Amino acid sequence: MQLDINGLAYEIDISPQLPLLWALRDHLQLTGTKYGCGKGLCGACTVHLDGQPVRSCQTPVSALHGKKVVTIEGLSEDASHPVQRAWKQHNVPQCGYCQSGQIMSAAALLANNQQPTPAEIDTAMSGNICRCGTYPRIREAIRDASGQSAEKK
Amino acid sequence: MNTITTLSRRRFLALTGVASSGLVLMGSIPGTVLASVLDEAEGAPLNLFVSLKTDGTVEIIAHRSEMGTGIRTSLPQVVADEMEADWTRVHVIQGLANADYGSQNTDGSRSIRNFYQVMRQMGSAAQAMLRQAAANTWAADVRDVSAQQHRVHHRDGRSMGFGELATAAATLPLPDLNTLTLKDPSEFRYIGKSVPIVDLDDMCSGNTTYGADVRIPDMLFASIERTPTLQGKVKSYNEAAALKLPGVVKVVKIGGTALPSSFHALEGVAVLATDTYTALSARDSLDVQWNGGQHATFDSERYLDTLAERVSSGPGKVARERGDTDKALASAAKTVEANYRTPYLAHAPMEPPVATAHIHDDICEVWACTQTPQATQRAVAEALDLDVSRVKVHVTLLGGGFGRKSKPDYSVEAALLARASGKPVQVVWSREDDVEHDYYHSCSAQYYQGGLDQDGALTAWLAREATPPIRSTFDRDANIQDDGALNMTFGSIPFSVPNLRLESHVAETQVRIGWLRSVFNIPYAIGVGCFMDELAHAAGRDSVEFWLDTIGEDRHLDFAPEGFKFGNYGRSLKEYPYDTARLKGVIRQLRDSIPWGEALPEGEGWGISAARSFLSYVAVASKVKIVEGRLTVTEMHCVIDAGTVVNPDRVHAQIEGAMIFGLSLAMMGNIDFKRGAAVQSNFHDYPVARINQTPAVIKSHIIPSDALPAGVGEPGVPPVAPSIANAIFAASGQRIRDFPFNRHFNV
Ligand code: FES
Ligand code: FES
Repeated sequence: MQLDINGLAYEIDISPQLPLLWALRDHLQLTGTKYGCGKGLCGACTVHLDGQPVRSCQTPVSALHGKKVVTIEGLSEDASHPVQRAWKQHNVPQCGYCQSGQIMSAAALLANNQQPTPAEIDTAMSGNICRCGTYPRIREAIRDASGQSAEKK
Repeated sequence: MNTITTLSRRRFLALTGVASSGLVLMGSIPGTVLASVLDEAEGAPLNLFVSLKTDGTVEIIAHRSEMGTGIRTSLPQVVADEMEADWTRVHVIQGLANADYGSQNTDGSRSIRNFYQVMRQMGSAAQAMLRQAAANTWAADVRDVSAQQHRVHHRDGRSMGFGELATAAATLPLPDLNTLTLKDPSEFRYIGKSVPIVDLDDMCSGNTTYGADVRIPDMLFASIERTPTLQGKVKSYNEAAALKLPGVVKVVKIGGTALPSSFHALEGVAVLATDTYTALSARDSLDVQWNGGQHATFDSERYLDTLAERVSSGPGKVARERGDTDKALASAAKTVEANYRTPYLAHAPMEPPVATAHIHDDICEVWACTQTPQATQRAVAEALDLDVSRVKVHVTLLGGGFGRKSKPDYSVEAALLARASGKPVQVVWSREDDVEHDYYHSCSAQYYQGGLDQDGALTAWLAREATPPIRSTFDRDANIQDDGALNMTFGSIPFSVPNLRLESHVAETQVRIGWLRSVFNIPYAIGVGCFMDELAHAAGRDSVEFWLDTIGEDRHLDFAPEGFKFGNYGRSLKEYPYDTARLKGVIRQLRDSIPWGEALPEGEGWGISAARSFLSYVAVASKVKIVEGRLTVTEMHCVIDAGTVVNPDRVHAQIEGAMIFGLSLAMMGNIDFKRGAAVQSNFHDYPVARINQTPAVIKSHIIPSDALPAGVGEPGVPPVAPSIANAIFAASGQRIRDFPFNRHFNV
């Protein structure tokens, strides 16, 4: 299989049915993308496929032909993407486990909609579970990253 | 990484200096483990927690597990402050399992309260050694020497950096910890400040190592088909079918043990493969058949009916008594009664359990997302019949824990499979494994009866509960709550009511029970918090006023005269009194921070509740809106008095998270058992709160205090569910007494 991930071309010997999540984690040692449910229910495994957020646990590598994958490791060189910066500004992570997926979903949202309303933020982010409950800060960070001043706490 | 060096005499002395201070017991130091701990730090050790490199890098051991509280930052922050180290030059190192650190069991909301003082001493001791080393170098009097921000200064103007002094300082004996002068709080540089967590950058860029991110050369990945019922036994399975699949290396049966469950591995059949996905998917072909065993008829819905019947129909074992409750109830102007029931819950941390074990050179090395590395060490040692000193446990980051990862069963599985296969093995739990094989938060049935006089004052409080105890996981005969469990809100109610009686009924266990964030405070704060609102309403009183009046005058509570053994979360009442003034303080502050009493349109309402748990005082208010059967929580406010706070931002984060955790369990949290097996399996049928269910307004307020530090991770949770239930009543006139709310509303 040929995969284009974070701007690099990989040639690996894997089954076409293998979900991208496991190709990343077990075959390419890109472990920043997380497993949370394996059923498309939690968003921990979110990556970008041609700029769109997808659940990598539900995406067989056969579906990647000719498409570009970006994972959390490829979002920026040094955690400097506006979403990552806003995340740090608001100290969003608690345990951190869901945050790769949250950040990838948020980055895709802002790429598609530069000024999302609070309702649009909730809708776009509702597929990403955070069991630690960082949602209030996720909302603020996204508003900040979109240039809309976050509500003062 | 795997080499075990012998302790040099100098290092040994430096560390045993700590030992003789009473922090650790010298006699129990297993040399090999200690040496391997030191391998993690590169600098010269100043004490058990602090090493210093000649380039000035201060290495501080984080011996507690990071599962989202920020503890890997907060405790080192305390050390650095007292040491006068520059925080930007601090490197935090995760400590291995090692009893010398004291308890590493990261639960019970006790990291700060149990180690705040110790960390201050460790920082201060390190600073004293640096000052002494400088004085020696200058042949000066140490009293003329002071330390500030990574440098030691002489009053004549000379100075040396910490790094330059590292080697000399490390040869000095550890000072007597009792003679150290700790900073005055006004001099704190980091304590009380919102220092960003040390893992922030890495967590925002995926550059982190959680349990499943551990990679060992030549490792195998394992997935286990476990018994669906407690004590079920494997009848048959198709090993050949699994072995036929490409990537499958081995199939191993794990034999279960007799009750109690403790931290043993469950009976199951494991598939070992060269990658995770193969291990997970090959399980289907095993076609395991089970003998369900004695618990295979268990039905939790029917069982809760049974428990509810028990508590409402007759007296139980008395845990605490004051006055003559029966007489007071008989003569009350008005009586109120209510039954509450709360279901089993699963922890569902975002990262399911996972552990990696590697047996080599006569030791078993484990990497696990564990809250309790020392219990892991002991459980693995027992399972492999090794001496504890031969088990080395590395703690990875934890993708949430909530108490699930205090149970090291998954590390035991990894160790057993590493031995069976002769390879490093990572045991991966799927989400289904996690939900179906948890140590569940217990269900509970509670009955309350209250008496009110003409003026609406509470004259009698009768409460009965039946809750399968956590102790049953460790003692197969335990079938009733003891005072240790009843401590959590039910037994420690702070009301000045003249007559009260608290009783427990038998509740046999048919599943593995464990502790979940806030433990029994969850069901009991629901019972107490909801019933207080019912009483206030029956009395025609405002519920804030009713809470304040019923708590009564400012005083320190003493439970002993009423026959109740109050554990006070492991602390003496002298150090940490149960102070009713502080409880009333958070309730008043809460009332003042919301428009309590405001006129609201139909279908909207506010509710409040309060509890003291883990030595902190917390009050929560929720506002709900109910439109055509859809329940929305629109605002939540929490006030906490946790005494001294090290990192306010992380306390706010814990409180925000606790409100959402409490909301989640109140709205949707429910595990059912049918035919002995958990019905739910993943987030579609065990939903947890999502961002679109999060209130638009969510605020936390910390009461400024210089009292001793109290718990933070858990105390925010208990008042949440009752506050929402009470808000539902205010909005709709409907009392919800059986949880969760999605039995009654769309949520
Ligand atoms: S792991 Fe892919 S959505 Fe949960
Ligand atoms: S930060 Fe822990 S699950 Fe989101």
